[in-house]
Amino acid sequence: MNIIDYFQSLNPMRLLGNLPGGIAQGIIWGIMALGVYITFRLLDVADLSVDGTFSTGGAVTVMLILSGRPAWVAILVAILAGILAGTVTGLLHTKLGIPVILAGILTQFSLYSINLHIMGMAANKAVSVDKYHLLLSSRYIPTAIITGGIIALVLVCVFYWYFGTEQGSAMRATGANPAMCRALGININTMKVLGLALSNGIVAMAGGLLAQFQGFSDINMGRGAIVIGLAAVIIGEVLGNAILGKRRNFFGTLLFVVIGGIIYYLVIVVVLWLKLNSNDLKLFTAIVVALFLAVPYLRSQKKVKSAKAVKGGADHA
Amino acid sequence: MLKVNEISKTFNAGTINEKRALNGVSLHLKPGDFATVIGGNGAGKSTLLNAIAGVWSVDEGSIVLDGNDLTALPEHKRAFLIGRVFQDPMMGTAPNMQLVENMALAMRRGQKRGLRWGVTKDEAAAYHELLKPLNLGLEDRMTTKVGLLSGGQRQALTLVMASLRKPKLLLLDEHTAALDPATAAKVLDLSDKIINENKLTTLMITHNMTDAIQHGNRLIMMNEGRIILDVSGEEKRHLTKAELIEKFAQLSGSSMESDAVLLAR
Repeated sequence: MNIIDYFQSLNPMRLLGNLPGGIAQGIIWGIMALGVYITFRLLDVADLSVDGTFSTGGAVTVMLILSGRPAWVAILVAILAGILAGTVTGLLHTKLGIPVILAGILTQFSLYSINLHIMGMAANKAVSVDKYHLLLSSRYIPTAIITGGIIALVLVCVFYWYFGTEQGSAMRATGANPAMCRALGININTMKVLGLALSNGIVAMAGGLLAQFQGFSDINMGRGAIVIGLAAVIIGEVLGNAILGKRRNFFGTLLFVVIGGIIYYLVIVVVLWLKLNSNDLKLFTAIVVALFLAVPYLRSQKKVKSAKAVKGGADHA
Repeated sequence: MLKVNEISKTFNAGTINEKRALNGVSLHLKPGDFATVIGGNGAGKSTLLNAIAGVWSVDEGSIVLDGNDLTALPEHKRAFLIGRVFQDPMMGTAPNMQLVENMALAMRRGQKRGLRWGVTKDEAAAYHELLKPLNLGLEDRMTTKVGLLSGGQRQALTLVMASLRKPKLLLLDEHTAALDPATAAKVLDLSDKIINENKLTTLMITHNMTDAIQHGNRLIMMNEGRIILDVSGEEKRHLTKAELIEKFAQLSGSSMESDAVLLAR
């Protein structure tokens, strides 16, 4: 197949048709990215539990809906399950001295078994929008976008409020300067556990929303969630800087985290539309995240080097 | 005010790197005492301050401040009584938070941090008024991220923050050592001002003997984990650098040359 045939085989209408669904799903990943933002940017830790808690959120939500509970109750319980999982990671780290990355991996690993138990030892469970009342579904995309958008907006507002409070400020300071926090009487261990719990609660909620949207929960639905979350956070920051620049306040930053999730998912829609191999998506995402994480570091290295060169030059003069 | 009784601390006990950093140190400070602490590298100055601040717990002895036994309390629980400024200007403030947010964090030192606003409008205005007379230009940068301030400005801010909620004890750990001489002098002046105005009981470590003589009403010299000299009042006021070097050689019994160089730096 030559290149002209390839481009002729691409149907722009199909891309347009897939965009709204991409936006809806992107909002859900954006909500998850808000959770990742708490640990990654505010507490300055990479929490790998989220791969597990995302699936937990999906599993809990679907099972509760199947047992006849209202969808919003199911989501609330999913949030609690996420909070519990995050607390476990936090305690493994603060009380037992396990490095936070490893603590996250342990929680994630154990959640695989737990999630299977929740789903009655099935690898996936379907929940049909025809039989149950769901908060959002891929069958009704405009409603899904509105519902997801409202949830995301409410979360951004709650975040904005919470991280402006005394406790939220202390949590932000914990990531920025732990030594200062101890000197100012902030218990950084409590803050870390609290932050990990909140973060995983949000992530589990996103898992519950995605399970409803796609009509099933899956034991593997959270695989790579942390990387997608990081990608969304980073895309959001770069975009927020480009568009808002210095006017970017905390509210804008949070909003752009959600937008980052949407952009990430739209990129995937385009990649799939281009008929690139979807199995390469994870490689592609990892490379993008690695690049964006490396850029600030390499920039600072360059600054140090040039500063040294200037100083060295002055010494020789 | 502060009663340090016979505290000892050994690091890496039982290994080849075993180091007895504090060796039965006792120190009593009266309310309003401003003691400077000098001594060579490894004399135990910072170890003493860290022991009081609770960075780790001591092996033996007790630490009582204003009637509160701190010996078993973790660092963050001692903070309600203690204000601190570190040697590293980066350590006392949160770089990615605004100046006013940093002050608000310090204002709540030792308080319960709940779901009230982290910075109220009234307190932001109060901080502005507080910074104005210091002439550091900080009052115009209330919403600046602290990471954008100079080392001297950050250290001055840390000092203000440490005294915002009046501490029972102020610990200054070579807080001017990382600054250029002009800035160091400014920060030291500010320290004097804040300590005098608030009548703060203070322990200040310094590497500079002149500073140690000129500031405070007491001077403490440490060597090998012990306090070897403790002068105050008239005696302290008339002390000279030469006398101090001589006393150090006499009391420590170590070669004056090498340690004197360290001291005078």
